[in-house]
Amino acid sequence: MTDQAYNFAYLDEQTKRMIRRAILKGLAIPGYQVPFASREMPMPYGWGTGGVQVSAAVLTPDDRFKVIDQGADDTTNAVSIRSFFQRTAGVATTTATREATVIQTRHRIPEEPLTEGQILVYQVPIPEPLRFLEPRESETRKMHSLEEYGLMHVKLYEDISRHGHIATSYAYPVKVEGRYVMDPSPIPKFDNPKLGDMAAIQLFGAGREQRIYALPPYTRVISLDFEDHPFEPSKADHPCGMCAATDSYLDELIVDDAGGRMFVCSDTDYCEARQAAGHIGKDNGGKGAA
Amino acid sequence: MTPLLSVQGITKKYGAHIGCADVSFDLYPGEVMGIVGESGSGKSTLLGCMAGHLTPDAGKVVFDTRTDGPRDTLTMSEPERRMLGRTDWAFVHQHARDGLRMGVSAGGNVGERLMAVGERHYGDIRDKAIDWLGRVEIDADRVDDRPTTFSGGMQQRLQIARNLVTGPRLVFMDEPTGGLDVSVQARLLDLLRGLVRDMGLSAVIVTHDLAVVRLLADRLMVMKSGRVVEAGLTDQVLDDPQHAYSQLLVSSVLQV
Amino acid sequence: MIDLRNVSKTFTLHNQGSAVIEVIRNASLHVAAGECVALTGASGAGKSTLMRMIYGNYLTQAGEIRIGGVDLVQAEPRDVIRLRREVLGYVSQFLRVVPRVPTLDVVAEPLRAVGVSADAAQARAKTLLTQLNIPERLWSLSPTTFSGGEQQRVNIARGFAHSYPAMLLDEPTASLDAANREVVLSLIEEAKARGAAIIGIFHDEAARARVCDREINVSRFTPGLAA
Repeated sequence: MTDQAYNFAYLDEQTKRMIRRAILKGLAIPGYQVPFASREMPMPYGWGTGGVQVSAAVLTPDDRFKVIDQGADDTTNAVSIRSFFQRTAGVATTTATREATVIQTRHRIPEEPLTEGQILVYQVPIPEPLRFLEPRESETRKMHSLEEYGLMHVKLYEDISRHGHIATSYAYPVKVEGRYVMDPSPIPKFDNPKLGDMAAIQLFGAGREQRIYALPPYTRVISLDFEDHPFEPSKADHPCGMCAATDSYLDELIVDDAGGRMFVCSDTDYCEARQAAGHIGKDNGGKGAA
Repeated sequence: MTPLLSVQGITKKYGAHIGCADVSFDLYPGEVMGIVGESGSGKSTLLGCMAGHLTPDAGKVVFDTRTDGPRDTLTMSEPERRMLGRTDWAFVHQHARDGLRMGVSAGGNVGERLMAVGERHYGDIRDKAIDWLGRVEIDADRVDDRPTTFSGGMQQRLQIARNLVTGPRLVFMDEPTGGLDVSVQARLLDLLRGLVRDMGLSAVIVTHDLAVVRLLADRLMVMKSGRVVEAGLTDQVLDDPQHAYSQLLVSSVLQV
Repeated sequence: MIDLRNVSKTFTLHNQGSAVIEVIRNASLHVAAGECVALTGASGAGKSTLMRMIYGNYLTQAGEIRIGGVDLVQAEPRDVIRLRREVLGYVSQFLRVVPRVPTLDVVAEPLRAVGVSADAAQARAKTLLTQLNIPERLWSLSPTTFSGGEQQRVNIARGFAHSYPAMLLDEPTASLDAANREVVLSLIEEAKARGAAIIGIFHDEAARARVCDREINVSRFTPGLAA
């Protein structure tokens, strides 16, 4: 049921048009941060206001909407945003990755490969990958426009000198189509390889920072690295305790006061679908259970 | 012989006030030019105009580029000029913290220019950084320390290493020994002199310290109110100054 | 080799009522290769001033100072710099060096500047320092801490390191003991023998008589003193 007091998907049509123009520009220049006039949304900054505005601009009445937060469909943030569009746009919702046409995400890319026709919308806190080393916006813009990205490697150099390896494990910087260096939002670097050559459209919205950027389908995305310290996607070296998956990104859960812990898929839909198909992990009464 | 740098009629005004007016000189490879004058004489404005930090109202700054020969850097595209700033040019600031990234380790500071010109091998970058720390007399075991933990003299030497690692041909220096203890100044001067000779560097050094130019500069320009009042061999200008202002400047220095 | 024609010099003291002091008028002299000429004259007659003009340290207002084909009066600074590096040596009365630089490097530097390898330059420096009786334990120290006599000898070693075709010597034997004086005089004789043109100021009359072929009394170039 749509709350009739609001326009479709909460934002007025002018605003949605403005955001769509930014999205189209972003798609035309993959990895380039397009400024847009971010609106006040009925939620605090940091809760996904950028992603919500992008979702509002791309949703149509026929869409089926899914929201994940760190891979989970059932966290407060995911549930709130999903019900927000249920109320304001009346769109169908789902938790199944393959059934969704628009997926808004915070900090993850679903395990199941996305397909053509799907749109993945990322919530982005800080869109500028150079920000922590160069605080001046005027300077970072110039660095992007002139392709001066040496500083990005300084960050990785610092990682190796301090930790012996590239310790950046999320928001790992990438180079898009050999041109723009981009912050992929704080997804784990395990997800970085999925960014490239993806069949779905990927849109990134930063509400507070007022930036939108995008990756059109099948874009070349390379994670930055050194010749002698190549990029390595990493995850906890365990199978999922619930569904026994060995290929998914895992969350570590502390399960008792004695330091007991278990590893489970962060992608709840992926995990539940595997369990339904009969895959049972050791913490779920499966093989090797205590 | 082609000058490495040919400065022609540089003029920069701040409203009605003259920053520097109609300054011209040629600098040849291996030469060190000192620019002296009191505060507000326009020497820093001139340096800024030459190094591309300020846009002069008139004049040319022609640099003999490696690939295309002499070119006016003021009419170059910005990417070209910035590339020059990372490769053939270096700029040593008076305050090391203006020329260093204080949140980045010594090795990262030295390595930045290498990474900026495309080096992508961590081991090589680190080896070069350590080599350069050695050349500026900083222990290799400080390579992972941040400059905030360094003394003023060390910070200045680190800034020099960071600037020279890509083998520039022209170095701009703004009061490189300003604010340092006298003993630290001597060490830095000695170091700069050695580097200038060994690398065949050309340099433009702005300072108000006549002792610095006597030791480092082959040639000297004296500026007053934005204009060059006298130029010549360093020792000639200091020992036999011709202009009233130069005479005053030289005679004002306390003898020790 | 060294050729002065109608050279004149005035000092204008802008900050002292713009007083104009004429110090040298119409000086002409010629020194051939292999010749050593002494500048003489009373104290204040302008010996050192003329020497400094020949080195380009003082600006000459009129005339020609030709050394190895270059007119110092008209030359660009960089030509003077090259001349001083390659052709024209100068042993002043005072050593002026960067503090902290080891004595050995101070002496070797003129050779390094003309492209001699570090090893060869140091070898030559060691020979000279040994000749001039500077103890080896001092070689790694900066001469700024040395006694006046030691500094003077380091200065001479530095001045004779490179075989300049033309040399200016300002009191090279002052404050030296007999043994070192002898070394310096033989260095001058060696330089003459290889064809260097030398102009010197010697208060040491015996030294002057031994190494100099001619004397030029600068009083005749000095306005007010000349007869």
